[in-house]
Amino acid sequence: MIPSAALAAILLAGAHGPPYQGSPERPIVVASKPFGESYLLAEMFAQLLEARGFSVERRPGLGATEIAFQALRTNAIDVYPEYTGTGLLAILGERPSADPRQVYRQVSTEFRRRYGARWLAPLGFQNTYAIAVRRETAEQYGLATLSDLARVSRSMRAGLTPDFIGRPDGLPGIERAYHIGFREVRALLPAVKYQALAAGEVDVIDGYSTDGFIARYDLVVLEDDLRFFPPYEAAALVSPGFVRDAPAGVAVLSELSGLLTEADMRRFNRRIEVDGIPIPRVAAGALLTLGLSNPGEALVQTAREPTGGVLGYLWNQRSTILELTVRHLVLVGISLTAAIACAVPLGLALERRRSSAEPVIRGVGLLQTLPSIALLAFMIPLLGIGVLPALVALFLYSLYPILRNTYTGVRDAAPEAVGAARALGMTPRQILRHVRLPLAAPVIMAGVRTAAVINVGTATLAAFIGAGGLGDFIAAGLALSDTRMILSGALPAAALALLVDALLAGCERLVRPGG
Amino acid sequence: MTVPPDSGDAALRAVQVSKQFGSVRALDSVSISVGRGECVALIGESGSGKTTLLRCFNRLVSPDAGDVFIGANRAGDLDAITLRRRIGYVPQDGGLLPHWRVRRNVELVPWLREVSNARELAAQALTLVGLEPAVFGDRWPRELSGGQRQRVAVARALAARPDVVLLDEPFGALDAITRADLQVSFHALRRELGLTALLVTHDLHEALLLSDRIAVMRHGRVEQFGSSEELRQTPATEYVRELLRRAQVTFG
Repeated sequence: MIPSAALAAILLAGAHGPPYQGSPERPIVVASKPFGESYLLAEMFAQLLEARGFSVERRPGLGATEIAFQALRTNAIDVYPEYTGTGLLAILGERPSADPRQVYRQVSTEFRRRYGARWLAPLGFQNTYAIAVRRETAEQYGLATLSDLARVSRSMRAGLTPDFIGRPDGLPGIERAYHIGFREVRALLPAVKYQALAAGEVDVIDGYSTDGFIARYDLVVLEDDLRFFPPYEAAALVSPGFVRDAPAGVAVLSELSGLLTEADMRRFNRRIEVDGIPIPRVAAGALLTLGLSNPGEALVQTAREPTGGVLGYLWNQRSTILELTVRHLVLVGISLTAAIACAVPLGLALERRRSSAEPVIRGVGLLQTLPSIALLAFMIPLLGIGVLPALVALFLYSLYPILRNTYTGVRDAAPEAVGAARALGMTPRQILRHVRLPLAAPVIMAGVRTAAVINVGTATLAAFIGAGGLGDFIAAGLALSDTRMILSGALPAAALALLVDALLAGCERLVRPGG
Repeated sequence: MTVPPDSGDAALRAVQVSKQFGSVRALDSVSISVGRGECVALIGESGSGKTTLLRCFNRLVSPDAGDVFIGANRAGDLDAITLRRRIGYVPQDGGLLPHWRVRRNVELVPWLREVSNARELAAQALTLVGLEPAVFGDRWPRELSGGQRQRVAVARALAARPDVVLLDEPFGALDAITRADLQVSFHALRRELGLTALLVTHDLHEALLLSDRIAVMRHGRVEQFGSSEELRQTPATEYVRELLRRAQVTFG
């Protein structure tokens, strides 16, 4: 399977240092999106820069196109691998042409004009959508092209990534271009779609042309005979600040331009996804093959191959898991403390102005309805990537349960006791402090516990904006379809949620009034 | 209708007090007075305005029209918090603070008034209502019976030694035997301490037993205000007559 001590190591090395200050000696921040090929290309960028004497900071697995590009645009990262078709469609929002050169020229010009960001010359290969079926399906129906698929699509069940289902160059596009209409379309995450196809749960999936999984599951990729899919040429996308401050670094990265073929990439991806060789080793081997480094320079620590099942794997990863767990706890602890410090006083204040209470609480509740990943993406232009935006997002998510419970708890606390306290001459402040607050304490604590459990879960998403924590394992595991890696993040996160809840339950007993 | 002797030295006095809650006229030009050391019962059905009138005297309700006097002072001129700390108050359900032990509950008003011997006053008040401080002082309210809780509530109202106590159906939620027991104890205690009391009740027997004069209230108005003898002999309205008749029937 996939040995990933080394991957975890680079994820960690994605060190969460101070944001770029603009000094010429700064490390170059190399990032990637959360899937295997992106990890690999970024690691190649990083090793090449290191081999040429630059210091590098790695930020692998940033959220998705939106998050990675926001980070690049605001100089929070310096470079990440991107695809021209994605740049044109997802970032510029324009229709691509079928001509790769034309597409490259378009993104090159527009990115420079609009954002000051540069596309270095393409790396040499394309990674476009690959509509794939099982070999026996292809043989049974005689499928070789998408036009062939269109003939039989009415009896086919498709398992497609949500991304593909929504994009104009995805499902809606092939439905129009090929008159394809599937019997059933299911949204599947990249991590499970290959297994689903292999297991016969679906008949057709969308993959990427350079995916190692295509070989692993012996799938047949149907030819895009009408040349519908736009070209997705891989290239290094570099930030305005990097171009300005480190032209020598840009020159080093340009050495990779035009060197990688689609066959190369399929082989490298296969080594990662199928053979389970650690990414740094595959990257080092690739640079060596390309003649860009010599064996002495490309010195990479060989990871110990993990053995045994999930438990053995977890045991091998224990120091990394511990480190990420501590980091996770720090994220949760700081954001939750800040949320308590704001939501409790706000809830008390609202209790005294009840007419404005519901609108305010509902407003805060609306934050809860924002998808977490969207909230994280909104943070980037304001706060960059890394720990700060993650803390702010987690803080915002924790507010609502605490605020709601504080307000309700204080408002509804023992009305007869409050009435008597008032009639006997307690001031509103005394009533709050000596009656309402102590009586509401268990309800408030229940809100804090709810917030804490949500917070521990949501904090796993912080990995997508480079804040670290147990989500690093989950993001990388999802990208590489590595169940054991996902569990290395998910199990400790679940344990952490239970632990935090138990600790807070203890606190709740302490604050419960009347012995 | 019998007009009460309207002496300037009444402990409590309401003069043509009106209060509107939304579209409900809770009090409609109501006048009563309570002499020093006297006990007056406000009797009537739910919604007759008796609790609203009671709450005017510790400024939990501020009248829309009319005047409320505490001794010689207009209630509105007094600081509400200070006023409430000077007047005892016993609600129907006791209203004990559930997270405080009995002793601390009884110490409440002395503590609010920042007197130095709060603890001593609380112990005396508990003794007055027949609860041994050493036995009951450290209990939680939930560990007491309903009757004991009401006794604690009375002790709490008396701990700071007020001249006036307001009681809002203080024994209404108790079983008949406990209620009779507490009524007798309270009656004796009030006499002994010379307390001025205003008592809200819907039980005519309780009113007859505990009070010197009775104000019969209905629809926010006082139907009749006088001694039980006056009510018996010259009921002012058909409602008062009916009320007395029913009470007599029950007596047998």
